[in-house]
Amino acid sequence: MNKMKLNLVLLAIALLAPMVLYPVFLAKVLCFALFACAFNLLLGFAGLLSFGHAAFLGTGGYVTGYLMINSGLTPELAIIAGMVAGGLLGAIFGKLAVKREGIYFAMVTLALAQLVFFFYLQAPFTNGEDGMQGVPRGALFGLIDLSDNLVMYYFVLAIFIAGFWMINRTVHSPFGQILKAIRENEDRATSLGYDVNRYKLVAFVISAALASLAGSTKSLVFNLASLTDVHWHMSGEVILMTLVGGVGTIFGPVLGAGFIVTMQNYLSGGELGNYIHIIMGVVFVICVLSFRSGIVGQFAKFKRDNF
Amino acid sequence: MKKINKSVMSAVVSGVVAATMAGSAVAATDGKIKIGILADMGGTYADICGPGCVTAAKMAVEDFGGKVLGQDIEIVSADSQLKPDIASSIARKWVEDEGVDTIGGLVSSAVSGAVSKVNADNKKITLISGSASNTFTTKSCNPYNVHWTYNVVALANGTVKPMVQAGKKKWFFITADYSFGHALEGVASKVIKANGGEVVGNVRAPLGTTDFSSYILQAQASGADVVALANAGNDTVNALKAATEFGLTEQMDVAGLLVFTQNAQAMDPSVAGGMRLTTGFYWDLDDKAREWGKRFEERHGRIPSMIHAGVYSSTMHYLNAVKDSGTDDSDTVIKKMKQTKPEDFFSRNAELRPDGRMVHDMLYVEIKKAAERNGDGDIYKVIEVIPAAEAYNPMQAQCNFS
Repeated sequence: MNKMKLNLVLLAIALLAPMVLYPVFLAKVLCFALFACAFNLLLGFAGLLSFGHAAFLGTGGYVTGYLMINSGLTPELAIIAGMVAGGLLGAIFGKLAVKREGIYFAMVTLALAQLVFFFYLQAPFTNGEDGMQGVPRGALFGLIDLSDNLVMYYFVLAIFIAGFWMINRTVHSPFGQILKAIRENEDRATSLGYDVNRYKLVAFVISAALASLAGSTKSLVFNLASLTDVHWHMSGEVILMTLVGGVGTIFGPVLGAGFIVTMQNYLSGGELGNYIHIIMGVVFVICVLSFRSGIVGQFAKFKRDNF
Repeated sequence: MKKINKSVMSAVVSGVVAATMAGSAVAATDGKIKIGILADMGGTYADICGPGCVTAAKMAVEDFGGKVLGQDIEIVSADSQLKPDIASSIARKWVEDEGVDTIGGLVSSAVSGAVSKVNADNKKITLISGSASNTFTTKSCNPYNVHWTYNVVALANGTVKPMVQAGKKKWFFITADYSFGHALEGVASKVIKANGGEVVGNVRAPLGTTDFSSYILQAQASGADVVALANAGNDTVNALKAATEFGLTEQMDVAGLLVFTQNAQAMDPSVAGGMRLTTGFYWDLDDKAREWGKRFEERHGRIPSMIHAGVYSSTMHYLNAVKDSGTDDSDTVIKKMKQTKPEDFFSRNAELRPDGRMVHDMLYVEIKKAAERNGDGDIYKVIEVIPAAEAYNPMQAQCNFS
């Protein structure tokens, strides 16, 4: 019951937030929160550190952007197409990567993501460094015009909640339990008769598809799909968001994404704009050295110890 | 428990209703003029349009008197980091949420393209001063684009044509790999072919490349008469450095298609001396230009680039139009801007065409050799003035927003 109440309060905050804050900024936070949640599904629950998740974010964005510009599909269909494309790419990545573990897994995903980056850099339809500009937001189901920022925000919120719910369901399903078992002790999971690689692959594909969903939505919010989203910096940023918020927690990545995006947003306009990467680096170091379980993890520990 | 849930529920519902009703309408005209300057504060183009562009805009506001329509003029600035996604989100925040009326500066065509789209959606004027691509007044023109200072057509007509006509027929391009470089290469190639020359090869280098050696080797192997650098800023400086190290400058001519005063200053006079180029402005041209150039140098510490001067001039023209039309409504102001001829130390024989292209006299200059120089800022010798009508592309019918 208490959990229900908490969820409702959070929902109310999310619904009322655009009255106080700029809706596009909030939509950006939600897109990155979904991206970080998708990443966390892999790192936090299956114990797989992917260093190539930007490839999925970018693929979602480019596919959706391309379809919105060239095909006249409605936004929800374009987003689904982006998600499917990202999921397929995830299946290829996953197939190749899950055979390896630890640092080798991270390196394989990074290498594949770099391949994808250079493909998008050279492919004519992405416009290279210019990015795919002027992606229209279109009309949802052909009826609801998304060009108003507030409407767009509620659409993004709905997508985020759907994605978040799906991750939550996955984590708490028997499938999620097996992922956790694999994370804790892979050999034992194998000895119990589970085909470990297949479980990992499925988790990878779900994570990739949800990351693409975030990318697709983001390209609609900003009317732009650009190389920044495919660059390996982005793969690093999502790790930072997840770590700061709390790996393996449900709400951690959301808070982490909110924290990092807010920081970037406020620093970029001010005097400290030039030092933004240094500041983020320092945050990362502090986080790794002194509170490894992140904001949510630390808070949970505090609650456990004191109440 | 049920009761609490109900009350939370009703709070949620009422919240949604209230939020929907609140809407997101920012007043289109609030009477207060706020100018956003988007520049590259620390990257490849920081010298040619970074903090200097903000200084230039501030000077324009001060010279204008600091007030228009009875309210103080405000300037905000931000770092685009030369990334279109960052630029477009800043622009969106500015015009939708913070009441910015116009965005200026705008170095890098990729950035300007993204900002121009956001502005057109919101009916705000884009004062492009730092970008070269001609798409803003051709392929992706819109009624709110104002393209000041220069463009690729003026550069190609000014620099490439005389060289081809002088017998340099075979060209090789080292091109910055984004819209600006592509546009410049495309336009220059057309000029070369129209004058009986040929393009023997090209190579595309990403923005911000520091090691040009592999590109220079390709150029060397091409057997061209001229290697054209279709890039800008530090890219030009680095490419020319590599060209010197590999002895390319002794075998063929190197033509910098877009060289700014800052780059010309940074290059070794023994290498760059004698190179001819096209520019929209030179601070030492005459008394009017010198007066402004000196003032800028005092404020900023370095002599102005043509972009700095363009930012000043376009901001001034915008403010005058606001004053004359008595409103900050973009449609009225842009009309006024196009009706009035800009005339100052920068804009000579100038006109803001209905397509948003500001045409003015360009300068064909030669970089002075070390012996000819008389001080730090003394870098160009003016060969000739290219009349506005010859320098720029003619207006396209679909971009005529009169």
